[in-house]
Amino acid sequence: MTTPTKVESDIDVERLGNRPGHLDVSRRAHFSKRVRRETLVGWLFVLPALLMYVLFVLVPLLLTILYSFFHWNGVGPMIWVGLKNYVTIFQVPNLLGTIKNAFWLVVWFSIIPVGLGLIVASIIHRVATGRLGATARTVLFLPQVIPLVAAGIIWGWLLALPGLINQILRAVGLGAITTAWLGDFDWALPAVGLIGIWVLMGFCIVLLLTGMTKVDPALYESARIDGASWFREFIAITVPLLRYEVGVCLTVTVIAALAAFDIIWVSTAGGPGNATSVPGIQIYVLAFTQRAVGLASALAVMLMVLVVAVIIPIQWLSRERAL
Amino acid sequence: MKKITLASISLLLLCSIILGACATATTTAPAATQAPTTAAATEAPPSTAPTEAPAATGPNCGTDPVVLNAYFETGFTIPFDLADEFTKQFPKVTWDIKQDQFANLITTTPLLLAGDNPPDLLRLPTMVSFAKDGLLMDLDGYAVAFGWDKWPVPQLNQNRVAADGTRGSGTLYAMGLNYSLTGIFYNKELAAQIGMTEPPKTLAEFDDLLAAAKAAGLQPIMEWGSAKSGMGLAFPLQNLMAAYGPVGPINDWIFQKPGATIDTPSNLLAAQHLERWIQAGYFPPDINAIEYTDAASRFTQGEGVFTFNGDWQNAGYDAGMPGNVGFFLMPPADAGGAPAAMSAPLTYGIAANAKHADCAAFFFDWVATNDVARTINVNIGGSNPGGPAGAMMPAAAAGSVTNETLAAGPVVGAAGNSMDFIANATSSIFAQGWTPELQKMVGGQQDAAGLLQAVQAEYERELVQ
Repeated sequence: MTTPTKVESDIDVERLGNRPGHLDVSRRAHFSKRVRRETLVGWLFVLPALLMYVLFVLVPLLLTILYSFFHWNGVGPMIWVGLKNYVTIFQVPNLLGTIKNAFWLVVWFSIIPVGLGLIVASIIHRVATGRLGATARTVLFLPQVIPLVAAGIIWGWLLALPGLINQILRAVGLGAITTAWLGDFDWALPAVGLIGIWVLMGFCIVLLLTGMTKVDPALYESARIDGASWFREFIAITVPLLRYEVGVCLTVTVIAALAAFDIIWVSTAGGPGNATSVPGIQIYVLAFTQRAVGLASALAVMLMVLVVAVIIPIQWLSRERAL
Repeated sequence: MKKITLASISLLLLCSIILGACATATTTAPAATQAPTTAAATEAPPSTAPTEAPAATGPNCGTDPVVLNAYFETGFTIPFDLADEFTKQFPKVTWDIKQDQFANLITTTPLLLAGDNPPDLLRLPTMVSFAKDGLLMDLDGYAVAFGWDKWPVPQLNQNRVAADGTRGSGTLYAMGLNYSLTGIFYNKELAAQIGMTEPPKTLAEFDDLLAAAKAAGLQPIMEWGSAKSGMGLAFPLQNLMAAYGPVGPINDWIFQKPGATIDTPSNLLAAQHLERWIQAGYFPPDINAIEYTDAASRFTQGEGVFTFNGDWQNAGYDAGMPGNVGFFLMPPADAGGAPAAMSAPLTYGIAANAKHADCAAFFFDWVATNDVARTINVNIGGSNPGGPAGAMMPAAAAGSVTNETLAAGPVVGAAGNSMDFIANATSSIFAQGWTPELQKMVGGQQDAAGLLQAVQAEYERELVQ
């Protein structure tokens, strides 16, 4: 709301600049009064949302930063400890390990869903238009509307040792590789990643498909006249023209990976050992089970800085190239 | 009768002192300021049957309608059944019961206790930090008034917190609705298959049975281990600790006594023994992914000759495998030694600012002393209702495993070998210490010595926090 007002005032200034001496003082006053009023109305429109934003985002954010400098159990007295909580994070091996796991999750929650999403969306766009395409889109998007807790429980059953996935493996003669996927140190993270792919790929496909419909069909036509293969079209046209959409997909999925909590909490709760433990799980356990609110806040602040540090380059790259 | 009279007199004295002190002193302990109601003591004779008016002596629910504000744990019917029966006997008392999962209670209890409408009665997931923050009612006054302090000793100790935050002695902050007992349940049919005619008397005999089960192609032990439920191997590990060494140091560690450590030579032997069981394949290969409920149902379906669990599961086992489940205490390492067991109260407390503390305390007393309440406790809860020595002990249904767990209780009590749970030492030692480290041991990523060192390090970190 504030941006248009600002643009208008810039134009006014330009106009004033172009016609020096033609405007008297009263018109100047009239203009600035109008601008002021519009600015005020703009702010009034923004106010309710702004209040909510301040109350539920900025205040908790600032409080979290504040708490991170204290030793506090959530109820008793708060004791100032300076940067000690941040130092503790680097001293406790389990806490640093969670950050490593979070980056591993980026591969499963972000790179694979976006990569696969691009390929699947491109295939749907090329071969499955009409009803088939709509059905495929709906089916692939469905995981987005299923509550994650329910999905996590069902995936837990599927991936259990007596579960369906192992039954299928046994039926096709691969009984030797069956394992309790969510309870195996080597496989737990990829298994959680699989759930992440299932959840996030539909979102990427729908977003990328929308982007593809905006690409001028003439580009594809001319490419086909020139004898370009599907792969050549994909690399030369689809991917470069979808940079902005890919940027959005990456942003959303990278945040989902680094700040992961729900999928992991309902499928493994961070186990086995700390194989799938991520900062989100540790923040929860520290704050609400261990009641170390200060330490949990410090980890939360670090996680936020980490997310911002990763997201800003993605945003910058996708916008820069999209323009 | 003599005790009751003495209690009434001391109560009257206490109250008159408080009334006198009211004008000048404001630093009285919470228990004293929450002086139990005494009006009824002089109005009704002690022998009045508890039909309309509550019991006559000591704190009670008064004669006006009372709505008790309670928070119970989801999934366990016992407090709800006791509450219903209480209202039947005392129609003036009704309930406003909210319930939540145990894991959620851990996170919400501090807020509930510190909030505007603190519960009169609530399931306490942990208590030390709440007690230190002054959020829990000091129950010592009630203990004197009702004579709880005369009950057999171990019952109240686990609910006592000293000024320095150590548990096991000090001020009473909670009461047990019942007292659970843990040990080893076994599938009678499968046990017969491996030639078990009577429960093992030593650890070596138990080892032989496990080896026989493995050789027979059976699953020797069913146990859970998913981080979602918390690692069930803490049960056999603690039982092994008590088999190899005395229970005193284990309780000291759980109660956070200064200088206590879990990393002792006898505990190392226990952890090494557990490691051997893991390596021998006595636990399910997918244990790290098995949740508590899955383990219970797989055991009732015949997967597992033995399982380490507590008597709260009695009703489930009786229903799932009627007549086919037995129970014995973990045998000692040496012949002639006394068995030990983890035993813990089903802990309930009263908020420091509760509106109907007297009525809630009266409920605690009623649960332990009323015959109907005790019967509900045994038949539905499956656990010992505790209470005064010589109180009526209800008989469980014939063929129920509850008969075996009830019989085992006094054996542990007589030996003085009762322990709290190593998972309860701090609020997150289970989630941050035992569970991940035991899971690593299953995965071959941690050995016995490393397990104890890692848990001790986490314990010390949490105590500093």
